[in-house]
Amino acid sequence: MQTSTGAADPAADLQGIARRFGRRWVLRGVSLRVEPGETVALMGRNGSGKTTLLRIVSTALSPTRGAGRVFGHDLRRAGARVRELVGVLGHAAGLYEDLTGVENLKFALRMCGRRPDRAAIEDALAEVGLADAGDERVRTYSAGMRRRLALARLVLRPPRLLLLDEPYAAFDVDGIRKVNDFVRQVTAAGGAAIISTHDLERALPVADRVVHILDGQLYEGAPADLDLRIERAGGDVAEEAVHSAAGGAR
Amino acid sequence: MSVASELARARAIAWKDLTAERRTKANFNAVLFFAALVLLLFGFALGPDNDALRGAAAGVLWLTVLFGGVLSFNRSYEMELEGGALEALLLYPGDRRALFLGKLLANLAFLLLVELVLVPLAAVLYDLPLFRPGPGLFGVIILGTLGFVTLGTFYAAMASRARAREVLLPLLLFPMLVPLLLAAVEATKALLARDLMGDAGSWIRLLVVFDVIFLVASFFAFEYVIEE
Amino acid sequence: MGTGFDAARVLRPRGLQFFGWFALLFFLASQAGGLLLTPPDRDMGHLQKIMYVHVPSAWMSLLAYAIVFGFGVMFLWKRDLKWDLMAAATAEAGIVFTGLALLTGSIWGRPTWGIWWTWDARLTSEAVLFIMYAGYLALRAMTDDEMRRARWSAAIAALGFLNTYIVYMSVRWWRTLHQIQSSPSTVDPQYVLFLRLNAFAFLFILIWFAASRYRVARLTRDIEESVEERALRPQTEGVHV
Repeated sequence: MQTSTGAADPAADLQGIARRFGRRWVLRGVSLRVEPGETVALMGRNGSGKTTLLRIVSTALSPTRGAGRVFGHDLRRAGARVRELVGVLGHAAGLYEDLTGVENLKFALRMCGRRPDRAAIEDALAEVGLADAGDERVRTYSAGMRRRLALARLVLRPPRLLLLDEPYAAFDVDGIRKVNDFVRQVTAAGGAAIISTHDLERALPVADRVVHILDGQLYEGAPADLDLRIERAGGDVAEEAVHSAAGGAR
Repeated sequence: MSVASELARARAIAWKDLTAERRTKANFNAVLFFAALVLLLFGFALGPDNDALRGAAAGVLWLTVLFGGVLSFNRSYEMELEGGALEALLLYPGDRRALFLGKLLANLAFLLLVELVLVPLAAVLYDLPLFRPGPGLFGVIILGTLGFVTLGTFYAAMASRARAREVLLPLLLFPMLVPLLLAAVEATKALLARDLMGDAGSWIRLLVVFDVIFLVASFFAFEYVIEE
Repeated sequence: MGTGFDAARVLRPRGLQFFGWFALLFFLASQAGGLLLTPPDRDMGHLQKIMYVHVPSAWMSLLAYAIVFGFGVMFLWKRDLKWDLMAAATAEAGIVFTGLALLTGSIWGRPTWGIWWTWDARLTSEAVLFIMYAGYLALRAMTDDEMRRARWSAAIAALGFLNTYIVYMSVRWWRTLHQIQSSPSTVDPQYVLFLRLNAFAFLFILIWFAASRYRVARLTRDIEESVEERALRPQTEGVHV
């Protein structure tokens, strides 16, 4: 996708983002800069504000305080431009239960102002491993299939800034490899990715940098309790890296 | 994006809503049977006297449409709220008012289809001369439904995301509909009575004015209602 | 919003207190004038004096809705929550006047026409206005996020304001077509002066009521903000990356 932005603009540049829900501050001044080509793994416990931060970057939520830019476009003032550049794979897939997989993708393309191209849709479905299920209603899909369909929606329209919220949940090994392949594809094209996860082993093959949220604030590196787990799970990580390498060579 | 592409997006939303509804028909059947029930209950409440029923029929018909319709508006957004679809919708590039137009079109088609069954049913139950008034009556039904659906789509965008949405929507919507109800009932009444006084025309003009004012107003206010 | 705390200013808002007393005295004087200095009506006798409450309340109910609309527009323009709090305070005052207008209208109707309720255009529009106020306040109570609440309230007030005149005209039209006489609305010139004085008295009370409600809402928010500030201060210095 062509953009008019300068090469110097960071993919995401957040400054002092704070967000309050009722009386609870979920984020309390988060600043983060993600360069093009970079993949950042965002860690944190449940309820630490990972999802909130990603929703703010995607313009789904406005910050109570602070400001942010995506490829130079202000989140508040140029929300429509930001939405053209951002792609989200979230907790809620945002799919319609009574439409088929193909129809859901057709709808997504139409909403982006593009013609629903059957061939492109079938390619995307094949890429995420749903080639046979495309004409079945989403109601009949398993959780993993829904996630794959949501991934296919991103494959159809690769974003410049990819926001993945717990992408490894509900995916099997093959699905995880497909997610990571897609992340590499986006960053190789000059895009960037932010992956929120508490499953660092899965993200490690693609992540260039790890940050974590604690008490609504951002810290460099992985939280201490997770480092231990990675050491213990060292074998798995290596195995995952092998898988990814195999996927990349495919 | 251009106007044409925004209209295409609105059409995509209407297509999506109507396809899902066509598959399940859950909403359609529920609203239709509820409305038919209301028609029957009004009949019981107003007594078996045919003249009294005929006199009240226009009012009963429009109240039935209002009660049935108000059930379907919240449902139209609930579909988006299950599974976080609304958030996905809001993240598409382009003008969010396309969402309003699309929902409006889908709700309009839905309610007109309900009325396609409901109006003949009312004609049978209340002994109404459905075809004598000619096309004017259909014009009144379409204009009245358009105004109703416009405001219903607008207020449901808020009510469906608030607490106590089942009560909140009629509380917000119905007082706004007073002019529409008066105009639609009076025009229908006049047309059913062969419009001897020539009143129908001025009520239809009021309907047109109401529709235009609130189509424009809710179209422009929708951006403020849908943003997060 | 300011976080400086001035105890004396908060606990004893001099200007507001002074204005409250002024409004009360002005109101008492205007009412007394209307009751004592104008002659009883030819047909209704002293009953007619309820006009000095009914008519100004009805005016204020409409004026307040217009102000709510205006503050709503200001919020959408400036995106400052103070406008929303002002709109809400005015709506709370407005619904009281609307209720008062309805109540006095009904009380007036009973001995005048022998019925508690007449489907008169003004009284009926007043009832619709009452429900529109109620809907506005109900929606506010049913939404948690303050920015969302402010935006939605402004939108509702805008559409409602557009509708007030259409409601009034349509009900009036509906009434004339049904050949039912409208209420007598001729007001003798000798009543006009006190009607005007009472209108100002009610306006002052409306302003005082709204300002007091706004003050409470603002103080509540200031307290919440100071709690926020404390919450935002990091317990441990975060590394901003």
